[in-house]
Amino acid sequence: MSWIASHFNYVVVVILMMAGLFIVFSSGNLIKRMIGLAMFQTSTGLFYITLSKVSGGTAAITLKADSETGRALAAPLDPAYVEQFGVDGVVYSNPLPHVLILTAIVVGVATLAVGLAIAVRIREAYGTVEADEINALSRVTAEQAEPSP
Amino acid sequence: MIVLETLYVATPALTAQAPILAIVIPLLGACAAAMAPSARAAWMISVAAAVFGAWMALAVAGEAMREGVLVYVLGGFDPPMGIALRIDAMGALMGLLIGSVGTLAAVFSGHSLVAEVRPEKHTLFQAGFLLCQAGLTGLVFTGDAFNAFVFLEVSSIGTYALVAVGERRDRRALPAAFNYLIMGTVGATFYVIGVGFLYAATGTLNMVDMAARLATLDQSMAVQAGFAFILAGLGVKAAMFPLHGWLPGAYAGGPSLISVLLAATATKAAIYLMVRFMFEVFPQGAAFGEAFLTWVLAPLAATGAIVCSLQAVFARELRRMIAFSSVAQVGFIFLGVSLANADGLSASLFYMVAHGLMKATMFMALGALALSIGARRLDDFAGVAREAPWTAVAFAIGAASLVGTPLTMGFLAKWGLIEAAIASGKVWIAVVIAAGSVLTVIYVGRMIEAMFFRPPLPGAPRAKEAPIGVLAPLLVLAGLSIWFGFDASLIEQLSQAGAARLFEVRP
Repeated sequence: MSWIASHFNYVVVVILMMAGLFIVFSSGNLIKRMIGLAMFQTSTGLFYITLSKVSGGTAAITLKADSETGRALAAPLDPAYVEQFGVDGVVYSNPLPHVLILTAIVVGVATLAVGLAIAVRIREAYGTVEADEINALSRVTAEQAEPSP
Repeated sequence: MIVLETLYVATPALTAQAPILAIVIPLLGACAAAMAPSARAAWMISVAAAVFGAWMALAVAGEAMREGVLVYVLGGFDPPMGIALRIDAMGALMGLLIGSVGTLAAVFSGHSLVAEVRPEKHTLFQAGFLLCQAGLTGLVFTGDAFNAFVFLEVSSIGTYALVAVGERRDRRALPAAFNYLIMGTVGATFYVIGVGFLYAATGTLNMVDMAARLATLDQSMAVQAGFAFILAGLGVKAAMFPLHGWLPGAYAGGPSLISVLLAATATKAAIYLMVRFMFEVFPQGAAFGEAFLTWVLAPLAATGAIVCSLQAVFARELRRMIAFSSVAQVGFIFLGVSLANADGLSASLFYMVAHGLMKATMFMALGALALSIGARRLDDFAGVAREAPWTAVAFAIGAASLVGTPLTMGFLAKWGLIEAAIASGKVWIAVVIAAGSVLTVIYVGRMIEAMFFRPPLPGAPRAKEAPIGVLAPLLVLAGLSIWFGFDASLIEQLSQAGAARLFEVRP
């Protein structure tokens, strides 16, 4: 139990990832498949953020006091931290994975947009978004192209 | 003998910025093409940007050969903190392939789109094409693992959309594009997960830096999991058997131009990235890496080479036939890679270029024929050689190179692979390549027989010779397959230097 408690985020990541993948490959509805894909991509976001989280760490904004005014540059500071570590001793979370995931989210949104746009065109061309029916209709097209010998 | 350094003329200022210009100019061109007032203007932008990109790729290749490794620091932050473009001979070779095929495809697109894409989509099509060029060039030039993901997706999003617009000719392009999008995105996400594992283990994203830190970490489970995720993810993009499910539909349904790009450059860039991870980033000789090459990559590649060749033999639609053949040829390339030595890799790189050129020729020839006949079945192409002799001859040259006929580039490529396999003591690989080649003869024979020796079907639409704007790039591509069959020094120089460098870094 304590292992699950200490790896709680990773457990959630794996569950989300597998659920997303399962939807992508098991569902016949194109829109549901896109939803599964979005879940799968989002789970990697949680994975990266979990990697970068330092227990008790704060955002990576410099907290050093400005020499002229004596005020901290980033506001507002958690007083408990300043008391515990001093302004110089603050623990930061790693900002890089956050930035990476921001990029990955943008990529994911773009993919989702293209995917949904194609789904709309499929609905226009086939009149359905169910993979089975599309396959059946495609087979008709294929047989027109290739009459069976 | 061609000396690469003498091939390009550019001012030193331009040469110094060449790596980034090769990526940024097509990217800006994509924005400009999307806003262009007419299809013709978009086409001109596309050709200009592609030509400029190819010119810069040539400059990069020359510099990379002179310096060994060309490092271009982005934004003034030195690596490993900042992102750097890092081009060695292997990257330069891929850059040249992408630039030159892209340029010819851009010229070709002027007329070929008319038959295959709705008129109102032409400007956006050119934008997607340039996006794809920018992404692929970035992918082979970058030295940063996450940056590679972004470029991979930039190019992929372009290709998804470009496959989908093939719906004008065949509505099956739409489900094919959707399928490709799903598979491709799952693959790319696997890659991101893998990079996440490596980042967790090493704390860096720069490939060189990562390699240095991974050297002592090959027992780590996180690293091994990352390795598996990255190679599985890129395997989808590279259409490695059995992850190639998206490919036949996408090749068969998309417009000819996108088949040219996918076959010649997009899958090859993914293979390039896999090679980079296998031999440069991950420690060579590590037990899990060796096990992967011997027990996973080589058997899968061999199975793919045989099974997909058989599928090509029994396919009825011509484009599907060539698509299955592509998966089989990817198998050949991976067989060379699985030898895990400089000879094998150099032969594989050479094969990649050869295969890129021949498949581009064949798909472009089909695109030229699509202008007059909208045919899909092999039988519909009966007798086209009488009506469109130049197109048919170009197709035949590509096909001859595919079979490995002497005096074509394909012959040197196959010869190199078989030689490397025998020199490494893996005779079974040479046997598989030979068996695959025999199957190639069978399906290529069917194509050539139909085109050249069969009378046209009565009542079938008559093929016409394509206009010069389509014929010129096609004949140049076919000519390259012949030219490099006689004098392959340019490609050999780069592929050997690239392979040698990878295997000298950590002997």
